[in-house]
Amino acid sequence: MACFLIPAAEAVITTIAAKGIKAKEEKQIENVNLSAEETGESKIHFSRKLGWLNKLLWGGSALLAFEHIWHGEIVPYFPFLTAVKEGETAAMLSEMGSSGVMMAALVTTVWIGMLGISYIVEKRPSKAPDAAAEIQK
Amino acid sequence: MTLLITVFAAVICTVIWYKTAPKNEMRVGILCWMFWGASLMWLIDAIVEYTEVGAEFFTPSTADMINDSYLGLSVVALALVIWLVILLVSDPKGVIRAALTKKK
Repeated sequence: MACFLIPAAEAVITTIAAKGIKAKEEKQIENVNLSAEETGESKIHFSRKLGWLNKLLWGGSALLAFEHIWHGEIVPYFPFLTAVKEGETAAMLSEMGSSGVMMAALVTTVWIGMLGISYIVEKRPSKAPDAAAEIQK
Repeated sequence: MTLLITVFAAVICTVIWYKTAPKNEMRVGILCWMFWGASLMWLIDAIVEYTEVGAEFFTPSTADMINDSYLGLSVVALALVIWLVILLVSDPKGVIRAALTKKK
């Protein structure tokens, strides 16, 4: 009915948060006056990591919105949602509260998993020089 | 079928992205995010449907399968169009800029 609106709403919040965090991080780098290269760190900024969640949420929501248009659940005129027009608002809200919330939770859980993997990768020494040496051989 | 087609698209795009990384001039990553995001969301839809109809979920009618496949392919086409627009607008290889500023 309109389950994709929950991940889309989350996407709006995380996009705004990512922009705020990015500005803060840039300010911090300016204050310290040291870039990541100078400090020898290969740390991925949190704003970039939050960007992964944004892309997952926006991408998924866009394709699901298309599916809802396909099934006639979204219309190009007010009130835009067929369920609202046909007086099924309660059922729609119930679906948003179940499927929509579960969708947003699953995407966020996968993203948290990605954060864990990136944390491990960041801690691990880079294999790139080894690979380059291998190619030269 | 929609979920299945999207998952296949996501896997293919991820393999292409990995093969071309870290260069990624074609910005295939955009497709990966879109397809994986949609796949996760449709997975929830599939689980909810499975809890409602049970094993019947795995034996859809031919008409439903054709309709879902058509939708799946349309979703892939839409994602490809979105990716193409982003690619041409961002123009990471400078091809559009070069073509427009080229003197005859």
